[in-house]
Amino acid sequence: MKLLVTFSRKEGKKPIIAQVVRDTGVLVSVERALIDSSEGEALIDIPDDTCRIVRDKLADLGAAVRFLEEEIALDESECVDCGACISICPQEVFSFDEESKLHMDAEKCVLCGRCIEICPHRALSRKSEA
Amino acid sequence: MKKTIHQVNERIRDGNARVVTAEEMPGLVAELGEKDALAEVDVVTTGTFGAMCSSGSFFNFGHADPPIRMERVWLNDVEAYAGLAAVDAYIGATQQSTTREDQYGGAHVIEDFITGKSVELRAISRGTDCYPRRTITTELLLENLNQAIMCNPRNGYQRYNAACNSTDRVFYTYMGMLLPSCGNVTYSGSGLLNPISNDPHFRCIGSGVPCFLGGAAGMVIGEGTQASPGGGFGTLMVTGDMKQMDSEYLRAATMKGYGVTLYVGLGIPIPVLDIETVRSCAVKDEDIWVDVIDYGIPVRNRPSMMKVNYAMLKSGRFEMNGEEVRTSSLSSLRRARRIASELKGWIESGKMTLCLPTRPIDYTKKASPMRETVQGPRVLEIMDRRIITISEDEPIRDAARKLLKGETNHLPVINSEGVLVGIVTTYDISKAVVNPGKGTLVRDIMRRKVVTTTADEAVDIAVQKLEKHNISALPVVDRDFRVAGMLTAMDLGKLFGGRWLK
Ligand code: SF4
Ligand code: SF4
Repeated sequence: MKLLVTFSRKEGKKPIIAQVVRDTGVLVSVERALIDSSEGEALIDIPDDTCRIVRDKLADLGAAVRFLEEEIALDESECVDCGACISICPQEVFSFDEESKLHMDAEKCVLCGRCIEICPHRALSRKSEA
Repeated sequence: MKKTIHQVNERIRDGNARVVTAEEMPGLVAELGEKDALAEVDVVTTGTFGAMCSSGSFFNFGHADPPIRMERVWLNDVEAYAGLAAVDAYIGATQQSTTREDQYGGAHVIEDFITGKSVELRAISRGTDCYPRRTITTELLLENLNQAIMCNPRNGYQRYNAACNSTDRVFYTYMGMLLPSCGNVTYSGSGLLNPISNDPHFRCIGSGVPCFLGGAAGMVIGEGTQASPGGGFGTLMVTGDMKQMDSEYLRAATMKGYGVTLYVGLGIPIPVLDIETVRSCAVKDEDIWVDVIDYGIPVRNRPSMMKVNYAMLKSGRFEMNGEEVRTSSLSSLRRARRIASELKGWIESGKMTLCLPTRPIDYTKKASPMRETVQGPRVLEIMDRRIITISEDEPIRDAARKLLKGETNHLPVINSEGVLVGIVTTYDISKAVVNPGKGTLVRDIMRRKVVTTTADEAVDIAVQKLEKHNISALPVVDRDFRVAGMLTAMDLGKLFGGRWLK
């Protein structure tokens, strides 16, 4: 399961994720991170059954946590199966099936936003905004 | 054996015609042989669904009371061409809204009409004795228009060169997003399903021939604009009644960084009357080759990286320069197929009969580039020819002195062979003064990534570089990367009164 973690760095630079790994023993994989001097945002992937302890630990450390359930959403009525999204996705989320219909492997998505930006038919969005 | 068009139509009317799609044809010919395929197949249907920018529609709005001769017309804030009589206008697919820019355009107006949405018409006029009215604003539905006739000057490109980008930055083009360092290849077109690819000598496709256009039964007008069938890039001009169209086969789109376009569904049925047609309709994706063009290089004759065929493109990945590269299509094969099979249904059910061209298209013709009587300015004409450079081994202080003396903000840095290796700006030097820790030589503080231009590059291209990289000067280099001058935003401003800068 994917978690979007946002944290403030005002109180100093704490290695939050490393701390979570140490304290919970859960192996966290960081899929995307954007950190500047005052705040940070990281998208992490963890085994489903560890969600609660990781979330609680992060909350203890002062981070805000949001669960992401395959957040990239496809509007089938707008999609024309052109495939413009296929080669630009860094995670190979998109492919054609035998019928040349667009297939999405949303699990792999790291929400970089590239496909949303370039879909000529505005068929892609973040699920929360869809 | 030969068949006549009348025999084919007879069989269509009787409901006995054998119709196959262009995708089924190669297999059938391989199985039956050409002669039996000719006896067996009456019609081959084709289809393509992709971005076709050169599209648009004529509208007649009917007369208002009091009447107006519309001189300028906007539909949902998208301007339509009104240099026609009274209440006629032509809306082009790529025309963008005056209020919503690339999020809405002529293509969207067309799609909105087709899906039954109401569209606001605004028009102005200077008023005449016969047409006294000066302004009008009204809401219109497609059914309120007397005519809505789609007329697309250039559709159905026979094939389209694929695109990639060798530079180190992302390109947003009408061929979609092109990743740096040839990170992907984009292409367009349905390959073996393309109408002209099944009839490259225009023996069956020409003026008056019926077609599928946007879900309606339309007609081929003739040769399309910029048609170059002699080089394998034929195009068609087509028309159809928008009132019969379906938004499944006509979709507005926005190509990021390029603008609005219209995805058009086009299909043409080809009557199979002789062996030559059997042969041309047996075309396979493997037979249709295109170049992979490097869009990173901003000249008309962009270099080709390699040749590929549609089978390679459709497979999703192929090898280029020893590396695997992924492909993206911009057109939809799935919808192209649907068009070919819809068209097949129309003919099998007798809804559409065929005819031969009333006027042939010259298949040897080649399009020529624009005759430019006034050459656009080249960097050579406006660059600063003073060559002020500094060697990478000199102290930063000397660089500061040179900048002051030369009254410039940019100093190209060269190595001992005189080759450009970096650049320093007044900003870099101020920074070095504030943070002296980095070193004392020019090489310690110079920027090593330099964007350059050449003397014979078009000024417009150099300007594009300045804007894209958000910089204000480009060293002009020769073939050996030696500095030949400088082009700064100031040179542009002084000479052209700012015309070249947005
Ligand atoms: S780019 Fe958009 S329209 Fe094209 S296949 Fe992807 S989601 Fe569908
Ligand atoms: S958001 Fe990024 S990673 Fe997710 S599907 Fe789109 S391009 Fe791929």
